[in-house]
Amino acid sequence: MIKTLGRMIRTGILTEKIERVARPDSEADEIHAKLRGILGRALCIRQVDAGSCNGCELEIQALNNPYYNLEGLGIKFVASPRHADMLLVTGPVSVNMEEALKRTFDAMPDPKFVVAVGDCGACGGIFGESYASRGAVAHVIPVDSTVPGCPPTPTAILQAILQAVSPGQV
Amino acid sequence: MTPDSIKEAEGGLYSNLRCRKFEAGAVAWRNFAETTRSDGGRLLALWGTDDCDRDGRLRIVACYLNAESLAVVEHAMDSCSKPLYPSLVEFFPSALRMERAVADLLGIQSMQPDHRGWLRHNGWPEGVFPLRRSFNASTQYQLDSEPYSFIQVEGDGVHEIPVGPVHAGTIEPGHFRFSVVGEKVLRLEERLGYAHKGIEKRFEELRQKEGHKLAARISGDSAVAYSWAYCAALESITQTTCPPRAAQLRALALEHERIANHLGDLGALGNDAGFAFGLTQFSRLKEDLLRIHQPIFGTRYLMDFIQPGGVAVNLPQDAPQLLLDHYAALEISVSELRGIYENHAGVQDRFRGAGVLSNEIAVRLGAMGLAGRASGIAHDLRVDCPWHPYNDVTLKIATQTTGDVAARVNVRFDEIVQSIMICRELLTNIADGAIVSDVPDAAPGILGVGVIEGWRGPVLIALETGPSGMIRRCHAHDPSWQNWPLIEYAILGNIVPDFPLINKSFNLSYSGQDG
Repeated sequence: MIKTLGRMIRTGILTEKIERVARPDSEADEIHAKLRGILGRALCIRQVDAGSCNGCELEIQALNNPYYNLEGLGIKFVASPRHADMLLVTGPVSVNMEEALKRTFDAMPDPKFVVAVGDCGACGGIFGESYASRGAVAHVIPVDSTVPGCPPTPTAILQAILQAVSPGQV
Repeated sequence: MTPDSIKEAEGGLYSNLRCRKFEAGAVAWRNFAETTRSDGGRLLALWGTDDCDRDGRLRIVACYLNAESLAVVEHAMDSCSKPLYPSLVEFFPSALRMERAVADLLGIQSMQPDHRGWLRHNGWPEGVFPLRRSFNASTQYQLDSEPYSFIQVEGDGVHEIPVGPVHAGTIEPGHFRFSVVGEKVLRLEERLGYAHKGIEKRFEELRQKEGHKLAARISGDSAVAYSWAYCAALESITQTTCPPRAAQLRALALEHERIANHLGDLGALGNDAGFAFGLTQFSRLKEDLLRIHQPIFGTRYLMDFIQPGGVAVNLPQDAPQLLLDHYAALEISVSELRGIYENHAGVQDRFRGAGVLSNEIAVRLGAMGLAGRASGIAHDLRVDCPWHPYNDVTLKIATQTTGDVAARVNVRFDEIVQSIMICRELLTNIADGAIVSDVPDAAPGILGVGVIEGWRGPVLIALETGPSGMIRRCHAHDPSWQNWPLIEYAILGNIVPDFPLINKSFNLSYSGQDG
C-alpha cells in the first residue's frame, strides 16, 4: 500500500490543458448551439466500432489516460446508447455491422451528435466501398462532424468532441 | 495427379523463413496434415485461391510451422458446382473456422459438417463468392440478416446471455453467447466476422508497392508486424535485400509495438481486476512511449513506417540517446509496478486461477504466440527461426506454466523487459547507411510468404503477384484465428463477471481474424 501511494504521489497530476481550436467545417452551427445549451458541459459518449482496424479505438482509449483525462472534463464513455448524447463511430461501416450501428443510433435519445472518427469513418479510408464495406459512416447514419487521421491523435479527437459541446468556440 | 501423390514444387515459393512447397492430391493432403501433427508441427494458416482463369482450378493451401521451417501444401480441385477437399479439423481443430471462411469467400467446402457462415452474415447472397475471379468487388447487396444457430445448452436453470456485437467498452465488435447456470459459464460460443470489410479482395485492386499500407491496417495494433510481413513476402519474391540499418529499425519498431501493446494490456487488466491505479499508471507509460514516437518516427502509431525495401523515416541523430534514457526510466517504472501488482492481494486473487488454459488443451488447439507461451508452449519465431536481424539478437522465450490470467500477465511483464533489452542491443549495434533499397516490380504468378512474430503471435502474409506490378491474391492470417477458440475453453467453469478479465488477458484481434 505504501508503495502504491508513493507511486501515486510521485506521479502527481499529469492532466494537460487542451487547446480548443476553431474548425471551419461547421455547417450545422445553429443546431449545435442549441444542443450545447441543452447538454451543458456534461457529455455521455457511446463508442461503436463499425468495422475499424482497431487503430482508432486505441487512440480513443488514450483519452482516458491521465494526460487527456476526459472524465475530468465532465465527459464519459457509457455502456449503453440509451445513456448517450454522442455517438463516436470508427471504421468503414462493414456490411456485417450496418444493422447494429443503425440500431445503436436509433436507441439513443434525441438530441444526439454523431462524430465519425478516422479516415475510414470520414470517407471509407483505404478500405473504400465494396461487397463487405459501406464506406463512410455518413452512408449509414447522419453524421455531424468527422475527425480525419489514420489514426487521428487523441488531441484531434478531443478537440472535435469539445468543439461539439463548448459554446462560443467555433 | 492421383489422390495419394505428392510432389515438391520446384521454385514457386519465397519466404523470409526457410520453406518448402508441395502439391498434393486429396489423400496426400490429409496425410500430410496427419504426419505434420504427429511430428509436432503446427497449422499456421489456411486459405483458398481461384485459378480458374489460369488452369480452370480452385486451390486450397495450408501453411504449417515445423521446428525451424515452413511447409506450404497446395491441393487443386477442378472447378465445379461443389468443390470438396478433406477437412484438417481432425488433426488441427483450429482449421474449422478457417475452412468455414474459405467456404464463404470461395465456395470450396471441406468435408466437415458445420456449414454455418463464418464471415458471411448474409451480407451477400448464398452462392456468391467474393474471392472468385469473376466477382466484381464493388457489387453491393442488401443485408438480409437471419438468426444464427448457436448450439443450445438445455437443462434445469440454464439460460443464455447474448453479448455484442456492440460491446460496453471501447473495443471491437463480436458476439458472445454464454450458456450459464447462476453465474457459472457452462458454454461459450463466439460468433465473429462483424468487422469483415473485404480486405483480401481489396488487395487485388492494389499495386505490389501499395499493399503494405493496407497490410498495416489489417489489425491496427499490429501495424508493424503486418506491414513487415507484407514487405518480407514482396522482398523475398523480388529477391531484394533490405539494408542492414533498415532491418534493425524495423525490429526496433516491432519491439516498440510489442511494448506499447503489453503496457496497454497490463493497465487494462489491472482495471478489469478493479485496480484503477494500474490503468492510470500503465496508460501513462504507454502514452509516454507513443509520444516519443512522434519526434523519432514522425507518428504515434507506426502505420506507414515499414515500406517495401526498407523503412520510410531515418532515425534522427539524437534518437538513440533519447530512447536509451527512455528505456531506463520505463524499466524502473515497470519493475516497480510489477511489484505492486504482485503484492496486491485483491489483484492476485482475480488474476490467479482465472481463465485457466491447460497445456494439454493449448497444444491440442494449436495455441499461438503469447497465449500459447503462457500455457507452456515455448514457441517464438524470433528464437525458433529467426529472420534478419533477429539472428543477431539474444532472446530467451518467456513462458509460464499455469495458463491463467496471472500467467498471461507475467509473460507480458517478462516480454517488456526482453524487448527493452533487444532495443538496446539494436541501438548499440545500429549500422550506418541507407534505409531503403529499390524494389522492382515482380513477374506475375509468384507466391511469397512473409511471417513475423507480432506481439500476439505469428502473423502471415501470403502474396501472389499479378501482371504489371499488381497483386493477384493476398491472404493475411492473424494468430487470433487459432486463439479465439481457446477462450471458449478458458472460460468454462468461471463466472460471467470474470469474462472481461479473461478476454482481455488474451486480447485477441477481431479485425485481424475478420479480414
